[in-house]
Amino acid sequence: MLAMNYRGPYRIRTVEKPMPEMLHPEDAIVRVTRSCICGSDLHLYHGMVPDTRIGSTFGHEFTGIVEEVGPMVQNLKVGDHVLIPFNVACGKCNFCKQGLYGNCHESNPMATAVGAIFGYSHTAGGFDGGQAEYVRVPFADVGPTVIPPDMDPDDAVLLTDVVPTGYQAAEMGGIKEGDTVVVFGAGPIGIMAARCAWFFGPSRVIIIDHVDYRLEFAKNYAKCEAYNFKSLEDPVLFLKKTTDWYGADVCIDCVGCEAEGNTLQTFSGRVLLLQAGAATALQWAINSVKKGGIVSIVGVYGPPFNLLAIGNVVNKGITIRANQASVKRLLPKLIDHVQSGRLKPRELITHRVPLEEVSDAYRLFSSKLDNCIKAVLIPPSAKV
Amino acid sequence: MESNEDYKNIPGWGMDSDPENEPTYPIKNYTGDDHNRTNYERSEPQPETVEILMSNERPKMTTVFGTSVPPSGLSGVIRRYAFKHSEDRYRHWLPLLFADRINMFEGLIDDIKSGHLPNIVKERGWAVEWQYNRSKFVKKIAVTALITGTAILLLRKRKK
Repeated sequence: MLAMNYRGPYRIRTVEKPMPEMLHPEDAIVRVTRSCICGSDLHLYHGMVPDTRIGSTFGHEFTGIVEEVGPMVQNLKVGDHVLIPFNVACGKCNFCKQGLYGNCHESNPMATAVGAIFGYSHTAGGFDGGQAEYVRVPFADVGPTVIPPDMDPDDAVLLTDVVPTGYQAAEMGGIKEGDTVVVFGAGPIGIMAARCAWFFGPSRVIIIDHVDYRLEFAKNYAKCEAYNFKSLEDPVLFLKKTTDWYGADVCIDCVGCEAEGNTLQTFSGRVLLLQAGAATALQWAINSVKKGGIVSIVGVYGPPFNLLAIGNVVNKGITIRANQASVKRLLPKLIDHVQSGRLKPRELITHRVPLEEVSDAYRLFSSKLDNCIKAVLIPPSAKV
Repeated sequence: MESNEDYKNIPGWGMDSDPENEPTYPIKNYTGDDHNRTNYERSEPQPETVEILMSNERPKMTTVFGTSVPPSGLSGVIRRYAFKHSEDRYRHWLPLLFADRINMFEGLIDDIKSGHLPNIVKERGWAVEWQYNRSKFVKKIAVTALITGTAILLLRKRKK
């Protein structure tokens, strides 16, 4: 089968790989119909995630047709078209049982600091991902969800990560009616977080980034205010000023470890790798939020640590809330938002690329070329 | 120090407990199962058919795991060393990053050994840069060539 293949930082290609095998009675084999490139895949692509081995296949946002199920699988049958949450979850451990499907304790032996994620390095479990024609899906009765027949497959594929992560980012903000919410990062997740923030009743949603075409897209899609931090002398000062010198009620970090905007953070985090990437956006979030405010983090950071103004967190009484999205928990609500037309995730997709051209798609997305917001890969055997 | 078995007899024990003081709501549906720790029903374990490096913060293997790229070669040796140290230590993460870089060269050697010359231009997606970002791309190549050329010249001069 054809699969994306990592060869080192900024180097990928497609190769013929053996078909995935059933390795556990609760496995399924799925023929991929759509597979997106996530902003967090770029951290792998840039060589920033420890234990990303040569030969790995990335991809944690995918849909597919069930081709084979293990003897213990009861909820899925061959031929079902399913969307597969990005996190591998057993459904039985004490984390899964409490809804923390992004923190499953039974799927990633390589680290306790993160649950298992499809195609996201050995630090996240060593599973091959969905940027391929076929993929092994463990615990097939837990994560995979049959796509409603009236749902567009492009909407479905974005329900595997972008929509739940954006929604949970807003949900963790504990947004109250009338609040001012600031979202850092106008990538797909940031745009979705800004859009979903409105479900919780704020009076203002502001998005901050440095890429003009993305800010323009966010302004239209998420109906929010959009500002380029490169045109602001000091983004924190600007946000204080625009909130009557009080601070935002809620700040959301949708950037993670490859932030721009602070030379020291960039050099120590992205060039020297002495910290887990550049935590500039998180620093701005901490310093822009009001006293007693909430900072929600869904931006991806590496495992060692980051240099942050933690003293300000204490002294301002900030609550920090963060997690990988619990996709399965959120799916019923989000499917309803999509089916009702309140959310239109597929509008984020700007590029549809054959899997064979995966290296071009990564470069396009990584370098933010051709006004790319979201690229979806279509395997040759998709047939949908 | 042993834990206090009679903790419930401590004056005031539990009297200010507030079930609503739960900042993880609504993401976590708190059931109290946390206190059972790792005692829960597990599915049968996936057979270990390849070498899996396990965090030393775990007592046993998880029910399932990925088998995509087992450790091998020099990078594998470094990864095995890294996994002797806990996830709290630099000695865990920095060797893993180092192993990733070594692994990149191992991949190149494997390619050449198998008669496959990597198409670096295609693998790096430079065609897309050329199509959409030509002026910056040309500038980047020129700067890289200039720096590399200067470095080579300086090295040659030193040797002489």
